[in-house]
Amino acid sequence: MPYETDYTNQGFTKVGTRVNRPDGVDKVTGRAKYGADANAAGQLVGRVLRSPHAHALITKIDTSKAEKLPGVKAVLTGKDFPDLTGGNRGLMDILENCMARGRALYDGHAVAAVAAIDADTANKALKLIKVTYKQLPHVTDVDEAIKPGAPIIHDWVRTAGVTPAPTTASNVAQRSEFGHGDVDAGFAQADVIIEKSFKTEQTHQGYIEPHACLATLGPDGSGELWVTTQGHFTFRNVCASLLGLEVAKLKVTSSEIGGGFGGKTHVWTEPVALQLSRKANRPVKLVMSRDEVFRATGPTSSTSVDVKIGAKRNGKITAATAELRYQSGAFPGMWAMFGAMTSFACYDLKNVKSVGFDVLVNRPKVAAYRAPSAPMAAFAVESVVDMLAAELGMDAVDFRIKNAAKKGTKASYGPVYGPIGIGPTLDAVKNHPHMKRKLGKNQGRGVACGFWFNFGGQTCTDLNIGVDGSVNLTVGTVDVGGSRASLALIAAEELGIDYEQVRVTIGDTNSLGHNDTTEGSRGTFSSGMATIFAARNAVDVLKQRAAATWDIPVEQVIWEAGEARAKGRQNNNLPPLSLKEIAAKSPRTGGPIAGHNEVVADGAGVSFASHMCDVEVDPETGATKILRYTVVQDAGKAIHPDYVEGQFQGGAAQGIGWALNEEYIYGDDGRLQNAGFLDYRIPVCSDLPFIDTQILEIPNPNHPYGVRGVGETSIVPPLAAIGNAVSNAVGVRMTHVPMSPPRILNAIETAKE
Amino acid sequence: MEVQLAGILSQAAGGARCVECTGATIGELLQSLVLRYPEMQMHLDEGVAVAVNGEIYRDRRDQPIPINADVFLLPRIQGG
Repeated sequence: MPYETDYTNQGFTKVGTRVNRPDGVDKVTGRAKYGADANAAGQLVGRVLRSPHAHALITKIDTSKAEKLPGVKAVLTGKDFPDLTGGNRGLMDILENCMARGRALYDGHAVAAVAAIDADTANKALKLIKVTYKQLPHVTDVDEAIKPGAPIIHDWVRTAGVTPAPTTASNVAQRSEFGHGDVDAGFAQADVIIEKSFKTEQTHQGYIEPHACLATLGPDGSGELWVTTQGHFTFRNVCASLLGLEVAKLKVTSSEIGGGFGGKTHVWTEPVALQLSRKANRPVKLVMSRDEVFRATGPTSSTSVDVKIGAKRNGKITAATAELRYQSGAFPGMWAMFGAMTSFACYDLKNVKSVGFDVLVNRPKVAAYRAPSAPMAAFAVESVVDMLAAELGMDAVDFRIKNAAKKGTKASYGPVYGPIGIGPTLDAVKNHPHMKRKLGKNQGRGVACGFWFNFGGQTCTDLNIGVDGSVNLTVGTVDVGGSRASLALIAAEELGIDYEQVRVTIGDTNSLGHNDTTEGSRGTFSSGMATIFAARNAVDVLKQRAAATWDIPVEQVIWEAGEARAKGRQNNNLPPLSLKEIAAKSPRTGGPIAGHNEVVADGAGVSFASHMCDVEVDPETGATKILRYTVVQDAGKAIHPDYVEGQFQGGAAQGIGWALNEEYIYGDDGRLQNAGFLDYRIPVCSDLPFIDTQILEIPNPNHPYGVRGVGETSIVPPLAAIGNAVSNAVGVRMTHVPMSPPRILNAIETAKE
Repeated sequence: MEVQLAGILSQAAGGARCVECTGATIGELLQSLVLRYPEMQMHLDEGVAVAVNGEIYRDRRDQPIPINADVFLLPRIQGG
C-alpha cells in the first residue's frame, strides 16, 4: 500500500462541484456506443433457442436441418460446451445456465444456438431445430417449493448450513442463521409483540438496454469481446474458464451501459457468442430481445418472510426474529442469506435471530439487484416496526430513533459498528419539512430505514499526462452512474488543474490489471481511491522533473495549486513551473509523465438511508399515486452531488415500481406470462413526483476524502416506506408487494369482511 | 483469539459459532482456521469477508488484527 487510505479532512476546490458530465453529449446525440452498436467485417447474427417448458428432460435435439440451411455457419447445443470447470460447482451452474445440459430448468432456458449470415436465416434455422422434450413436474412458488412432495429441481442438492448434513435432496439449498442473545427471554420481557407474514413478488432490474455483445474467437484461442457489462474483467475470467482460454488472450471491452443494477454482473449469453464464433471462425453479434431478457436473465428473488418483534411499553425493542425464504431460481444462490444479514441491521438489539432459506424453483437464475435481497427484508421488518409503534402509541420515527443502531452496537449480522449514519438520517427525517405537510383524505405517510454493506475490492488505474498538459485517466470500473465525472474531479483536485483538462476512459482488459466488477457501490469509492494515489504518483514525477530542471534536490520542491514550487530562501529566484510547462518539456526531461496505482480498496463502510413518502390511494380503483417522496442518505463525501442525488432518486424510482406494479407473473404451466414492458410495468415519468433528496456527509474514516458508496442503499427502504404509507392511507396493513390496484382493493374488501 | 463464525460458516467448524484461532493478520488467521477446520477451505475458495473491530475486509490478507480485537468471519457479500 503506497499511500495511507485514512480520511484526512483536506479542503477541496473541485470535489463537490456540479460540473457537466463528459459523456452527456455523446449520449443525447446517439454517438455513444452501446452493446449492440459494434460491428465487425464478416460478422454473423447469433440467435438462441429457448425452452418453452418450465421443467423438461431434453431427450433429443436434431440440428441436422438447421445445419444444412444455406447461410447457417454454426449450430450449438449443450454438447458443444465440454465441462472444463474442474469440479467447480459454481462455474458449472453458470455453464448450465448458459446452455441446458440434458434438462431444461425453466421457461426460457437456452437449449441451442445458431450463427447465420443474417437475422432471417438465423431465425429460420432456430425453427428447423427439433427438440424432443419430456415434461417434468415443476414448481415456481417459493413456499410451494419447500413443501413435502414438491418437485426436486436438482437431486444433488443437500441443504447446506444444517448439522448434521442431510442425506436426501431438497429444494432448500442453504440455511443461514445470524443473531445473538436469547430471543425467547427477550420476548418474555416484551409488553407488546407483533408477528406478521409478508410476500414480495419477483422483479427484474428493468435496464433499458438488453444484453448484447460482439464476439470474435479464433481457432488459436485468441479472442475479443465487446459487451455491455458491469464488469468486463470478471466476464473475461468467467468466459476464459468456461471455454478453456488463457485469460490474457481474451480481450474484453465494455461498451457504454444502458443500465445494469446488478443484472449485468453475471454472464448470460457471452460464452455462447464466443463459442459460436469459434465454431464458425467469424465474428458473432448476439443481441437479446426484451422477451429473452425477462425470461432468461436474472431477476431478483420472490420472497416469503415472517417477522416477529417485541417491545416494552417504553418503546425499547426486547427481541426480534425473522424467517426469510427467498427463491434463487433454478440454481443455488445466497440471496436469503443476504436478506437474513440485512433484516435487522438498522437496529440496536440485544436479542435477535434471523434465519434465511435459499430455495430452488423452476425460474431463471436469480441475479443481484441493487443492494440484493435487502429491500424485501426491509419491507417485512419496517412494516412490523410501524405496526409496533402504532400499538405502543409512539410516533414511528421516534420509535426508530429510540432503537437505532449506533457506534458500538453489535450488528444483527455479527460485528460491532464503527461510526454509522442511521441516527443522523432519522434525525433529518424528523426535522424535514416533508414531515410537516398536512395529509388529505385517502392519503397516508410512510417512513422506513434501509441498510446495505457496500464494498471496495481490486482496482487498478493509470493516469497519463500529455505534452499539452491534458490528462488521460484510465480506469477499469465500468461507469454505471456518472463515475467518469467524479473521477475527473478527483484527478483535477489532486493535480490542481481544471476539470476540463481531464478525460476519463474505461480501459479494456488488456490495458489495465484486474478490476473487480462495478457492484457493491464500489465504482467511485475504489477507483476514486486509486485515482488519488495514481495522481499523487504522477505529482511525484512532476516534482522530480521540476527539480531536475532547476537542478535542486527534489525534497525542496512542493506541489501546490497545479504547479511545482521551489521551497527555501535559496530558491526565491525560481519561478513556479505549471503542470503544462513541465509536461511540454517532458520529452527531453525523461519522457512521458504518468501515475499508476493498484489497490485493494477495503474499508468501504456500511451505509444507511431513511425515506419518507406520501401517497394517495383511490378507494374505488385501488390505484396509488405517489404525492411526495424524500430520500435522506449518508454519502460520506459527495464528490459530484448531482450524481449522488441521481443515485438516491434512481433507487427510489425503482423501489416505487417494485412496490406498486412490477411482478413476474407465472401461469399454472410454469411459463412467464408478462415478458415485456407492456405487461411488466416499470414506472414512467408521469408515475413519479420529483424525488427530493438530502445528502448527509459523515466521512468514511477509511477513504482519504471520506467517500462512502451511494449506489444501492436507496432501493432498500422504498417498499417499506410505500407499504407503510399505503397501509396508513387505506387503514389496512399491506403485506404483499407489489401493492397493485387489485391487491389493494382485495385487502380493503377482506378487511371489511 | 476468539473468532465468531457467522451463518453457514459455522457448519465447517462442526456447528460452533465461536472458535479459538491465532494470527497477527487476516491471512494468518485464515491459515490457522483451515489448519484446524479443513472444511473451511471450501468457503475460503468461494470467498469470505473478515470483520475486525467492525470494519469489513474482503480481500486484504495483510490487514493486521489488533490484540483483543472483535473478529467475525462472514460470508462474502455480492452487490448489484
